[in-house]
Amino acid sequence: MESIIVENITKKFGKFTAVYGISFNVEEGELFGLLGPNGAGKTTTINILSTLLEPTSGKAKVAGFDVAEERDNVRKSIGVVFQEPALDSELTGEENLEFHAMMYGMSKEHRTDKIKEVLGMVELSDKAKVIVNNYSGGMKRRLEIARGLMHMPKVLFLDEPTLGLDAQTRRRIWDYIRQLKRIGVTIILTTHYMDEADSLCDRVGIIDKGRIVALDTPENLKNMLGGDAISLEVCKECTKFVKDLEKEKWVKTVKKHDGTVTLTTDLGEKKIPEIFKIAQKTNTDIESIRLNKPSLENVYLHFTGKTIREQEAGQAEKNMAIMSRRMMR
Amino acid sequence: MVNLNAIYVMWLREMKKYVRAKSRIIGTLIIPLLFLVFLGVGLGDLIGGGLGGMDYRSFLVPGIVGMSMIFSSTFSGISVLWDRQFGFLKEIMVAPVSRVTIVLGRIAGGSTTSIIQGILVLIISLALGFASVSALSFVISIVFMILISMTFIGFGLVLASKMRDMQGFGFIMNLIIFPLFFLSGALFPIQNMPGWLAAVSYIDPLTYGVDGLRGAMIGISMFPLLLDVAVLMGFSAVMIILGSYFFNKSDAV
Repeated sequence: MESIIVENITKKFGKFTAVYGISFNVEEGELFGLLGPNGAGKTTTINILSTLLEPTSGKAKVAGFDVAEERDNVRKSIGVVFQEPALDSELTGEENLEFHAMMYGMSKEHRTDKIKEVLGMVELSDKAKVIVNNYSGGMKRRLEIARGLMHMPKVLFLDEPTLGLDAQTRRRIWDYIRQLKRIGVTIILTTHYMDEADSLCDRVGIIDKGRIVALDTPENLKNMLGGDAISLEVCKECTKFVKDLEKEKWVKTVKKHDGTVTLTTDLGEKKIPEIFKIAQKTNTDIESIRLNKPSLENVYLHFTGKTIREQEAGQAEKNMAIMSRRMMR
Repeated sequence: MVNLNAIYVMWLREMKKYVRAKSRIIGTLIIPLLFLVFLGVGLGDLIGGGLGGMDYRSFLVPGIVGMSMIFSSTFSGISVLWDRQFGFLKEIMVAPVSRVTIVLGRIAGGSTTSIIQGILVLIISLALGFASVSALSFVISIVFMILISMTFIGFGLVLASKMRDMQGFGFIMNLIIFPLFFLSGALFPIQNMPGWLAAVSYIDPLTYGVDGLRGAMIGISMFPLLLDVAVLMGFSAVMIILGSYFFNKSDAV
């Protein structure tokens, strides 16, 4: 069953169009990622789906409710962890959760239990009575994720959940996200980290300049690029081995340069045993073997023609130009 | 439509923050205290004739209570902008409660803190020996404080919807709130002002608030107290409706 249906959503801010007619569906229990650089329209999409912004045109349903017409029902079904912190830093962690629970109409016992449970889950139980101002960035993020889960939403939006966090905290937050998926929560996650999208998401939509340019599982996206590259170190004279490899149907291309043989194929990890069989038949010694899988970064590059870093650098240049023009005046 | 639990928890949040920020409470009492002491002591003996023999210090107390009310209430309406700036507004806006509930929650919290503020100023005045207040006049004063705070929180919400951040705050305080305060007759009787200026005073909601407080505390007022109450109820209703309307229309993000 579809948990989220987005049909041709466009959002304009004055003359600027942030999102151009995007469409996608998310299955119940799926972990769906929107991958793209800053300013691609990810947060705008999340804001529309979480009822904070009205779409200029198009329709979207979350948990069966229209985001523009049945806002209260949508709000009851979702939890949101915003990109920018949305905690009251003058309250304690526990009080922030209590506030949330009461806004969502949870009963007294239910919310006491739930606060304990979610604080335990993000390992903040011992910090429950500390004012949020004294939390570190990672602790605040974890508290927000805990808060997003308080009222057991059917759909959880995570907008750049690990932005600006250190490697350990990122791994921990990934673990929480995987736990949530196991409980059966439908999750939409935005990110501009390739590894995050790759390791967490069931399916990824690559979004660029307000348009979804590719949408599939990370595996399929990567396979679209013509498969994996396998490099072998063999002896320089092993031409028979290379000729035998060329005869195999699953081998797309083979190149030999001195003692290094490079071949491309789909699902490279399953072909390595085959390669050894051929090597045994031709009495060839393989000194080393290396499998290179295309990364999502390659996929991103393929579909947008630029790496995320280049795009952001380009944006920074534009900003500098605008600033210097202002200074001239 | 209106969710009482949500109003309660929004009120509770304001209370917790208010009680925790002790330096802020003291800070907001300093200006009223300075006005009371310097105007009361400095001008107290000079003025008398113009007030028909009434002690200027007693005349001043309701004015300064009104002053602390208009400042704290307008500020608590505008402080929606703080919540926007620190992101907490999104947490409130994405919750399944109506916009009316959110506005009522803010009014409940803001007016409670403003009234506490007003009462503290009154206590200071009593301690200074500037005023003596009976139980009945205290209760009537509270009624006026409630009406003043609701009017100006609504007004603050309207102002907030026209601002993107707190940068325009000083501008608004100097150009709108201070004139409203001076025009209200808080420091001197508006009868002494030139006719055209007095006419402006009549459309200043605080005029009726200060007049009501003065009637309640020292038994002297320009208008009958019931008229003051009626006019303020009108103002507060209009301001709350306008404030809610504009709050509803402004973007959450």
